[in-house]
Amino acid sequence: MLQAHGLACVRGDRRLFSGVDLAVAPGQWLQVEGANGAGKTSLLRILAGLSPAAEGHIEWEGRPVAEVRDDFHARLLYLGHAPAIKDDLSALENLQTSAAVGGRPLDEATALAALRRIGLKGREDLPSRVLSQGQKRRVALARLLCGQARLWILDEPFVALDVGAVDMLCGILNEHIGRGGMLIFTSHQAVQLQGNGARLELTR
Amino acid sequence: MNAFVAILRRDLLLAMRRKSEMLTALFFFMIVVSLFPLGIGPETALLRRIAPGVLWVAALLAAMLSLNRLFAADHQDGTLEQMTLSPTPLSLLVGGKVLAHWLTAGLPLVLLAPVLGLQFDLSSRALGILMLSLLLGTPLLSLIGAIGAALTLGVRGGGVLLSLLVLPLYIPALIFGAGAVEADMAGLGAGGHLSLLGALLALGVFFAPWAATAALRIALE
Repeated sequence: MLQAHGLACVRGDRRLFSGVDLAVAPGQWLQVEGANGAGKTSLLRILAGLSPAAEGHIEWEGRPVAEVRDDFHARLLYLGHAPAIKDDLSALENLQTSAAVGGRPLDEATALAALRRIGLKGREDLPSRVLSQGQKRRVALARLLCGQARLWILDEPFVALDVGAVDMLCGILNEHIGRGGMLIFTSHQAVQLQGNGARLELTR
Repeated sequence: MNAFVAILRRDLLLAMRRKSEMLTALFFFMIVVSLFPLGIGPETALLRRIAPGVLWVAALLAAMLSLNRLFAADHQDGTLEQMTLSPTPLSLLVGGKVLAHWLTAGLPLVLLAPVLGLQFDLSSRALGILMLSLLLGTPLLSLIGAIGAALTLGVRGGGVLLSLLVLPLYIPALIFGAGAVEADMAGLGAGGHLSLLGALLALGVFFAPWAATAALRIALE
């Protein structure tokens, strides 16, 4: 379970948001909403532990994140704006490397199965530079299919995806929630997910 | 440890797929070193005298050429964020990147140096010492360079700043590296210089990844 109390974010001398409370329990999802520049990405980065909060504190399984950082990161899957895809590596190499860096090495068969399911059949060995934006996004999203992370933090996961891929991603997210996973994401689209969910509107 | 190997493999693979960057630094090293005998003329005593310094300075500059790419690409495409979130300590992953940098930018210089040293009429013994000093010194260049690259990450005009920051820190490696060859040619024995270089390397292996990691965390915030 991830809990946060009184989070605030300050960029320069501008206060993006303050007093944000949230809690995500197993089997729950949270959609963060807000206008452009409201601080959605900043909030997700703070929750993932990439940048410090100006105020407030975050707890993972009832303990401060700073104390259980390694355990927290072992259970976290964060996908940011930048897809973390190397143009000179193939989809398969990208997926295997990022999984190994994330502490969960993948064998080739599992990685290939994930890429096929995400809709990249026949593109596994092409250098990523020849893939389209949406296909690169899919390579990054393939990581969702091969890991045991409990908490997913996804920054605009639906960007650049076609209609079919949006449906498929919704299916994957529903599966994760159904397994008792936790999900925090931002999106400008009205996404219909099953299960117990909440929306958080960021206002100044 | 898996993550360390994965980063090392990935960076080596990327270097192999973008050979031009590696070869540019190597050709730069060759050309800079070869310009000196051409400019000074065939005076073997003088050439022998300046050879260690010239080769070492050229190696410093060549090793620096690829430094500003060390973290910049990872920063841009989001890989660095993923490395920070890895359960493996970031300093270990940085160590993997530094090792990959040395294998692609440092080791080729070590292997090429004796060939270039022939232009300066160095004896085979002096060439051996030169190689040994470079073998101990070039990893140190990658390690110190990683700190500079991490500190200048995301800074506009970071390339020039990086050289201003890193070159002064390279001075000890230059003094003991070039000094080892000179001492040996003067009949004093290179042992002392090489031991000091080795000690610096040990210190660098221990502290540089940690310092670079601290700088990366600041850049990522």
